[in-house]
Amino acid sequence: MEPMEIAEQIKGKFPSEVKEIVEFQGQVSVLIKKDKLLEIMNFLHKTPELYFDFLVDLCGVDYLGKKETRFEVVYHLLSIKYNKAIRIKAEVSEDDCVIDSVVGIWLGANWHERECYDMFGIKFNGHPDLRRILMPEDWEGYPLRKDYPLKSDLGDKEWKGFKEVIAIGKKNLAYEVR
Amino acid sequence: MIIDGTTSLVEVEKGIRVIPGGNTIIAAVDKLVNWGRVSSIWPMTFGLACCAIEMMATGASHYDLDRFGIIFRGSPRQSDVIIVAGTLTKKMAPIIRAVYDQMPEPRYVIAMGSCACTGGIYNTYATVQGVDTIMPVDVYIPGCPPRPEALLEGIIKLQEKMKKESFKWSRWR
Repeated sequence: MEPMEIAEQIKGKFPSEVKEIVEFQGQVSVLIKKDKLLEIMNFLHKTPELYFDFLVDLCGVDYLGKKETRFEVVYHLLSIKYNKAIRIKAEVSEDDCVIDSVVGIWLGANWHERECYDMFGIKFNGHPDLRRILMPEDWEGYPLRKDYPLKSDLGDKEWKGFKEVIAIGKKNLAYEVR
Repeated sequence: MIIDGTTSLVEVEKGIRVIPGGNTIIAAVDKLVNWGRVSSIWPMTFGLACCAIEMMATGASHYDLDRFGIIFRGSPRQSDVIIVAGTLTKKMAPIIRAVYDQMPEPRYVIAMGSCACTGGIYNTYATVQGVDTIMPVDVYIPGCPPRPEALLEGIIKLQEKMKKESFKWSRWR
């Protein structure tokens, strides 16, 4: 089955959920609403003719000022059996920054979702262990959001742990200066 | 052998004199202590990024740090110098400070590579802009990454600095 046919099949089964189907360079993306995400993912995973058994990647995107709905969570699926790939994008708004977790379907989504939560602050409903994965646990803010400062000097928002280290260094400086 | 004042001492190196024929060397304690320290610098490896690969290459047989008496020691409590090789993130900063605090005096710090010196190309929310923001640095080695020769040069610079030290061995230092 060609990727476009798969996309049409999703649209046939969930007509109210699919917002847009885009094909570019032979790659098909399906933009969906997040409400029935688990049903759609289960459909793709369980249906014998589709059999998307491998979640290649899961990531977040911030469309601040570019699109009406701020965030999207992107799922790259691959069917190893049929060697077909498809991309599913789920819209997540800023006010309701929560989406269902797909860890129940693909176990590999666990750390991907933690990274997405760490970088964008999108919460995953039903995730077994939703903690930060890259940044320190008491870090404030979500670094990959477009309104997050890029440069090193975070000013007042500086991480507490780093401020403490600088304080220790300054305290010992008189003794250690050579 | 009798030292009667007529035997003249021979100066073999600046500040080091020997009595001809006798197994006696006369020098300042500073000289002796510094010679000992300079000849067996044990670095605490702190490889954080690609600079660590270059540090390993310097330690391996081709560039051979062993000939300077340098043996990598993976324990802060038995090391003299910490070579910070690579990008230091803010999350890593408390850890490197803890390792540094465990090292016994006299201790030295070599910042290896652009990232350890100044933050390098990474001026981002997660990167420390130079190791010297959290601890005193003795030798900066620029380069991205520095070649093994550059690291050797940096270590030799540190040796020169150690040789000039005085009175750093007593309890009253």
